[in-house]
Amino acid sequence: MEAVVVKNLVKTYGKEKTVAVDDVSFSVSRGELFGLIGPDGAGKTSIFRMLTTLLLPDGGSASVDGHDIVKDFRQIRSSVGYMPGKFSLYQDLTIEENLHFFATVFGTTIEENYHLIKDIYVQIEPFKNRRAGKLSGGMKQKLALCCALIHKPTTLFLDEPTTGVDPVSRKEFWEMLARLKEQNITILVSTPYMDEASLCDRIALIQGGKILSIDTPQNIINAYPDRLLAIKANEMYRLLKVLEGHPDILNSYAFGEYAHATFRDADTHALQAYLREHGLTDVEVKDAEVTIEDSFIKLLH
Amino acid sequence: MKQFLAFVRKEFYHVLRDRRTLLILFGMPIAQILIFGFALTNEVKDSEILVVDYAKDNASQELLTKIGSSRYFNIRQAAFTHKEILGTFQKGKIKAVVVFPANFNGDLLHHNKAQIQIITDASDVNTANMITNYLSSIVMDYQNQINQNLEIPYRITPEVRMLYNPQLKGAHGFVPGVMALVLLLVSVMMTAISIVREKETGTMEILLVSPFKPVLVIFAKAFPYLALSLVNVVAILLLSVFVLDLPVKGSVALLFAESTLFIITCLALGIFISIKTDTQQIAMLISLMGMLLPTMMFSGFLFPIENMPVPLQIISNIVPSKWFYIIVKSIMIKGLGIASLWKETLILLGMTVFLLLVSLKSFKIRLQ
Repeated sequence: MEAVVVKNLVKTYGKEKTVAVDDVSFSVSRGELFGLIGPDGAGKTSIFRMLTTLLLPDGGSASVDGHDIVKDFRQIRSSVGYMPGKFSLYQDLTIEENLHFFATVFGTTIEENYHLIKDIYVQIEPFKNRRAGKLSGGMKQKLALCCALIHKPTTLFLDEPTTGVDPVSRKEFWEMLARLKEQNITILVSTPYMDEASLCDRIALIQGGKILSIDTPQNIINAYPDRLLAIKANEMYRLLKVLEGHPDILNSYAFGEYAHATFRDADTHALQAYLREHGLTDVEVKDAEVTIEDSFIKLLH
Repeated sequence: MKQFLAFVRKEFYHVLRDRRTLLILFGMPIAQILIFGFALTNEVKDSEILVVDYAKDNASQELLTKIGSSRYFNIRQAAFTHKEILGTFQKGKIKAVVVFPANFNGDLLHHNKAQIQIITDASDVNTANMITNYLSSIVMDYQNQINQNLEIPYRITPEVRMLYNPQLKGAHGFVPGVMALVLLLVSVMMTAISIVREKETGTMEILLVSPFKPVLVIFAKAFPYLALSLVNVVAILLLSVFVLDLPVKGSVALLFAESTLFIITCLALGIFISIKTDTQQIAMLISLMGMLLPTMMFSGFLFPIENMPVPLQIISNIVPSKWFYIIVKSIMIKGLGIASLWKETLILLGMTVFLLLVSLKSFKIRLQ
């Protein structure tokens, strides 16, 4: 059964009717970990807010657990868990008080659903009497996740949960999501980090309010149409300039210490010679492993 | 119900953990009562009076003793001549000068008529008026005293009685005024800010995506401030009875009931402001500018409404504190009961219902 169905959803803001979400459609199966991947301003938060009934769509329709997001907003509100992008718990309440408050508001108790949050909660439990405002970014996220989970939601909406969190905590966070999936909770997560995309079951790449592609991360990578080369030389800036001037170039951009590039006719030897001709030394050209980021950039062009 | 209680408890945590809020909540009422009760008084206590006595006879001495023995005046005898009086006023310490002409007693006895001159510093109109009034009544008193045994036909003596406040104590007017002011500030500003804060910090977003009814959010937010404001009422009344010597003449229970009603009116106003604003600063600004100023101006507490131009008098009717001020004054000082206050009570009740309905109607159950 589909947990979330989105059909031609549209959202515009202001008098100028700035389009934030442009005819977006996708569906998420029960128990799936679905990622909305895209840069800031792509429309991720708007989609999440519409699905959590916080915003009314300007067009199209959507349902969560079979409930319409406009008509049945009450049912949706009591069955989903939502973690906004901005840390939104009470800073002047302790960890325990926050958790207790949200448990009570949702008509449950910490004890009743403790098994759901146990793995996460034990990590912050030593600080349970500390005020939420004094926690580190990673701990705040864990607490927020606990609060969003405490009522055993059927679907969990996590809006950029790892933004502003250190790499170790990010990794831990995704491990927690993987464990939650085993509880048969549908999870929708949004993130601007491409490297997190591969941790989702399926992803939607989104930019400018439009979905570029929806598939499993592996399929998206496999669908990469060209041969992708990783190129290194002594001077990155000049390398990029030179690559742009190449007659057969399709696309080139910096990618870590390498430059990634695709060509109409990818002959590595000829390319190496071309780069040396243009005064670059220490030239290295090899086949690159395609990542989601490469696919995303390809889709943008 | 359990949800509601959890929410109220959370709200108390917020208030009790924020020192600044606490200070405003409880420091302000106490400070205001004490300031208005003691420092900002418009009574004429121990005013310095200068006496220029050209007569130096029995009658002038008797009258002087009478003036000096009242607690309103401190007499400074001085052998000044008339001309130097102006100079002493300019120094600013002297509030009034009483001049007895030469042969005061003689005039009184032989012509049945004598004059004294009272010169006051009218740069402060209220004080000048009050001092002349007090002095005139003392002179009047003395006149009655010496006329006791004489029979003069056709004389009308007005006998003035200051009802409800015979000693003309300033605190009588201030306590109800401060009460209206403090309750208004605490209830309107605090509620408005605390609801807007949830919007600003994003917690409202989570609260909306919960089974908790948005309407209940509002009531749960308002409830703690109702309780805290009632604590303030108790504090103000205790201060007024034990520190300012101003007892509650009417029913204390009725006073509490009316205060509760007024607090709810204010809470409704605060909720309304919070719905219409998005940042704590704006909410605070509106509460202060929109509530404090009209209350000071139009409640009748600082400026008598009867003296205002008609348009302003009409405007004053929509200020809730005006009605509450009338109610408190009537109960505390006049000792009136609900029978004479039902009109004001009904007006407050109407305002409350109206504000609550408008607030509930315009409360957004979604963002934007």
